[in-house]
Amino acid sequence: MTATATLREVRPDQSAPPRGAGPRGFLVSRVVTTGILVLGALYCLVPIAWVVIAATKSRAELFSTFTMAPGTGLLENIAELFAYEDGGFLLWAGNSLIYSGIGALACTLVSAAAGYGLAKYRFRGRAVMMGVLLAGVLVPGITLAIPQYMVMAHLELANTYWSVLLPSIISPFAIYLSFIFAAASVPDEVMEAGRIDGAGEFRIFGQIGLRMMVPGLVTVFLLQFIGIWNNFMLPFIMLSDDRKFPLTMGLYMMLNRGASEAALYTLTITGAAISVIPLLALVLWLQRFWRLDLLSGGLKG
Amino acid sequence: MTTTAQRPRAPHRSAAAARRRRPTPVPYVFVGPAAILFVVMILVPLIYAIYLSFRGQRISGGGAFGRKQDVFVGLENYITTFTNPELLASLGRMLAYSAIMVPILMGSALLLALLLDSPRSALTGTTRTAIFMPYAIPGVVGSLMWGFLYLPSTSPLHWIAEQFGIQLPNVLGQGLVYGAMANIAIWGGVGFNMIIMYTSLRSIPGEIFDAARIDGCTEFQIAWHIKIPFLMPALILTGMFSVIGALQVYSEPITLASMTTTIHSTFFPLMAIHQAAFQNDNLNLAAAMSVVLALGILALSLIVLRLSQRKTLGEDR
Repeated sequence: MTATATLREVRPDQSAPPRGAGPRGFLVSRVVTTGILVLGALYCLVPIAWVVIAATKSRAELFSTFTMAPGTGLLENIAELFAYEDGGFLLWAGNSLIYSGIGALACTLVSAAAGYGLAKYRFRGRAVMMGVLLAGVLVPGITLAIPQYMVMAHLELANTYWSVLLPSIISPFAIYLSFIFAAASVPDEVMEAGRIDGAGEFRIFGQIGLRMMVPGLVTVFLLQFIGIWNNFMLPFIMLSDDRKFPLTMGLYMMLNRGASEAALYTLTITGAAISVIPLLALVLWLQRFWRLDLLSGGLKG
Repeated sequence: MTTTAQRPRAPHRSAAAARRRRPTPVPYVFVGPAAILFVVMILVPLIYAIYLSFRGQRISGGGAFGRKQDVFVGLENYITTFTNPELLASLGRMLAYSAIMVPILMGSALLLALLLDSPRSALTGTTRTAIFMPYAIPGVVGSLMWGFLYLPSTSPLHWIAEQFGIQLPNVLGQGLVYGAMANIAIWGGVGFNMIIMYTSLRSIPGEIFDAARIDGCTEFQIAWHIKIPFLMPALILTGMFSVIGALQVYSEPITLASMTTTIHSTFFPLMAIHQAAFQNDNLNLAAAMSVVLALGILALSLIVLRLSQRKTLGEDR
């Protein structure tokens, strides 16, 4: 109570209303700006609220009761969802974790090493690599998916975990970001000090360089994790065996079958709700580790 | 103090420079894994797609005993690409969709970022988190949620309108479907773009605003004359990604396609490419279409980059 009172007293001072605008004008603009923000938040939350509410409805209730009124079928829906396709839902969730977790981790390490190498050493071929990298950032990734499938089919890797993992590990944008972070956060003097102390180049990278790049690398990891988790076209093209599907593909398959088997709609909605909750929790929890300001800073470099 | 500190450093620096000049395998080890993956996963597919796009299946020998042969066909696949009315129509639909989606996405992200940064706003922490949340939701799942909110039988707006005896149009019908898809993409992307702009805004030194306020600037003038010009690099970055993302639209239409007949199997170019490759078994045509689409997107994003850079320079002078 006291905290809010002091805040209220301090705030108007910090943003002293300019000449002409009286306290009343200040209040009006405060209500308007806050109001627009709240409307934006509601717009973003309503579909999430809907899917959580709809997950509680039984089959009969889904199309008959008011759409925002909770139903009575939650536990039944969950039990049915986990039993569907021999526990397919859990399998898909596990697959999504494998694709996103391993893919994002490998991508971060590969990109960190490459970005560090490009930023901290001068070597033959570096200029060419930088040019290719910058061009690579602009090549639209998804249009590559079908050519990548053709190469994977040649290597007899189509419809394996590798076919989704390998294309996810290479990201020119992640390398470019790591290059910016390495150039900005690892000083030459520190590397030199390490060399004088007798540390090898790889030890300097592992114990000094990587550590100094951590805030940037966490951002690369999170961007890549969500990017792979949300990617649909790549697994859609690469995989035909539904035991290897990630969650997005599994839910899409259920929705598609729902067109002829309406009972599946309830399960699909329950699956969507359950799949969304851990990801939202993760984002809320990791929010403070995001350094998205590094993204816009990167463009100036 | 400074001279003594700098003097012993000089020999080290030249030693370091000498070490760098001497060819050493170290940097290649760092860059190696990325370079190999880049070649195998990006360069080879690109070259292979270009190679395939100049080849085709021909039946030689004639009659029932003809054998299918893979031969060089020149520009045939590209001619088919540019003369196929359905494919051209899908390119048009993609451009129409992007023209609706990108300006609204960028405009609302900018507005929300400026409001978050305004000293007048309250509840900024909560609203910022809420608006960012859809970013964590896959396009397929977002489309599924909105799809049900669009369906007249489950839409709350249709339900309310019905209580008053009003018949609302079907959002997934012919005319409104672009807006329906754009809305899903805006919903998923507005928070991410807003956060990038907002973090950029927070890095402006506060003294500038104090000075402007003392000079009698309104908050609106500060936003227009100081904040937006300062945001240009962030606006270019998010704008580029929005354009590239819009042109590759895929998960929204393909998810909604299972809920409406308005979106057919070749509605957008990527869907048409998928159809050519996997339903019609014409990898060569699909390769040519992929090359055309990739080059088109590359050209468009370069144009956006060039235009926006000219604008930044113009405002600097």
